[in-house]
Amino acid sequence: MSATCHDTQDHVELKPEFVAHADELISHYPVSKRSASLPLLHFWQETHGYISNQAVEWIAGKLGLNPIQILELVTFYPMFRQHPAGKFQIKVCRTLSCQLGGAYELREHFMKKLGITKVDEHGLGISADGKFSVEFVECLASCGTAPVIMVNDDFYEGVSHTQADELLQKYN
Amino acid sequence: MPAPAEYRLVFKHIDEPGYTNDIECYLRHGGYEQLKKAFTMKGPDIVNEVKASGLRGRGGAGFACGVKWGFIDPTKNTKPVYLICNADESEPGTFKDRQIIHKDPHQLIEGMVIACYANNVHLSYIYIRGEFPLGAKILEKAIAEAKAKNFLGKNILGSGYDLEIYVHRGAGAYICGEETGLIESLEGKRPYPRIKPPYFPAVLGLYMCPTIVNNVETLCDVKHIIAMGGANYAKIGKPNNTGTRLIGVSGDVAKPGYYEFEVGSLTLGQLINDVCGGIKNGRKLQAVIPGGSSSKVLRAGEKYKIKEKQADGSMIDKEIGLEDIPMDFDTMAAVGSMSGSGGVIVIDDSRDIVSCLANLSEFYAHESCGQCTPCREGSLWMKKITRRLADGHGRLEDVALLKSVADNIAGRTICAMGEACSWPVQSFVAKFKNEFEAKGRAGKGPAVAATNGH
Repeated sequence: MSATCHDTQDHVELKPEFVAHADELISHYPVSKRSASLPLLHFWQETHGYISNQAVEWIAGKLGLNPIQILELVTFYPMFRQHPAGKFQIKVCRTLSCQLGGAYELREHFMKKLGITKVDEHGLGISADGKFSVEFVECLASCGTAPVIMVNDDFYEGVSHTQADELLQKYN
Repeated sequence: MPAPAEYRLVFKHIDEPGYTNDIECYLRHGGYEQLKKAFTMKGPDIVNEVKASGLRGRGGAGFACGVKWGFIDPTKNTKPVYLICNADESEPGTFKDRQIIHKDPHQLIEGMVIACYANNVHLSYIYIRGEFPLGAKILEKAIAEAKAKNFLGKNILGSGYDLEIYVHRGAGAYICGEETGLIESLEGKRPYPRIKPPYFPAVLGLYMCPTIVNNVETLCDVKHIIAMGGANYAKIGKPNNTGTRLIGVSGDVAKPGYYEFEVGSLTLGQLINDVCGGIKNGRKLQAVIPGGSSSKVLRAGEKYKIKEKQADGSMIDKEIGLEDIPMDFDTMAAVGSMSGSGGVIVIDDSRDIVSCLANLSEFYAHESCGQCTPCREGSLWMKKITRRLADGHGRLEDVALLKSVADNIAGRTICAMGEACSWPVQSFVAKFKNEFEAKGRAGKGPAVAATNGH
């Protein structure tokens, strides 16, 4: 039985470089291929945007696992997505030191600027043009420079509302 | 008394002008010299130096590193031994390992190679939290550089010793900082912590083999122990609280940041007032969370009874205030909290203390792995109750209810997450009872439906 997840993406053709890099990642785990589950999930999401049904099946096949053994990771680990998020994903740290530093107001500012009024069950909101998504994440370990955010893999500290506006321009 | 000067050992080159994270810069600053020195020693001798140093783990629990290593006797078991660097730094308030990973990665690699050599480890992983993508890239580059110079790989520096280190990224789950959860995660599973006994990592760890899990800072300390010798390292700090400690201060202070001090050399008051410039905007101190969000909160104006050792070895009873608490493992435990992961969160008197707890309770509810019922259900209830109190929809009975939920989690779970989520609740409610009750009394009845389905 195949694992079920909400698949909205067309089937993607995997490039030879993609497969070669996946094999390289698997080689880091000479004792157990299963250990490569998280690295392959990260790599798939970085390349294709989110974890589709195809991703679950392909990674499971690659590692000799049942698809459920991959799907149960996708549903557990907060960083993996089963739906596309924005092209630029704004993650605002929510936890105490950042709250004291104005994280809630900062998230609100992003939401307003981007006209996002609705969030999904994980608290993710996407702008109408699909360019930006905004979400809270838990402690990003830079509490001394609150509030901190990530935009995709880039990290920003002590973000004022003015800087927030500049970032929306920068990633446009 | 003014605060003592910083004692920068692990942070020696952090933020030094011109210091970069590449191997050439590291080598210009004496890098990998301690590895060469370690290779002139036998593994068990290195373990003995670490034991003599008194080094206690810097991840949060403060367990003696040499003792942890001593649980593994490579001469007596036939299985391979693994070492994992815990770079999952996710305890709210903690941001020290990030500095090392980003700015001085080779210090960590050198410490790891020494630790691996000492314990006869040939395969090792750095488990880094998923939210550090740049940190993971920096470590991968550092590993490649070290390999190219033969500080890693086959027959390291002609010693006949082989070691591979790989970087393994987590994916946003706090529970992966718990060492057995981390091991499950590294095996490609959900990070459900394992029950101990029998699954002590030293016996049945990664792939059911003996495994050492050490924090980033702890492994860096190993390098300095080799440099100065265990006995000399033990002279830094205080007995049973040796060495230096990386401390991160955040929240309502004028100068938040990361610092390194001899363990116990300064008081909490000196840290807040002298080092961090005091409470910002002229406000007053309300509370301090002294060792990461799981540590029990300390309230301004509290008095603590501690025992102090005198020069002649006798013990005397002493009463001290919050600002007089020396920043060491044992005194922090004696005042009912812990120095944990070295993350100090300062809260000023303008803050709504109930909202502060609601924030932390939301964190723990999000991060409970769900394996044990008391933690899974309890953390969720604590989040809901603190949230409704904070938002003005609570009831007076909620205060006792909150305490009752917290009291029924700790000690009833597989891992320390049960304590981690209930200690903040227990301590906040006990120490700020009036504030919680006032919120309950002022409650305006139940809120209409929650907005985002949580």
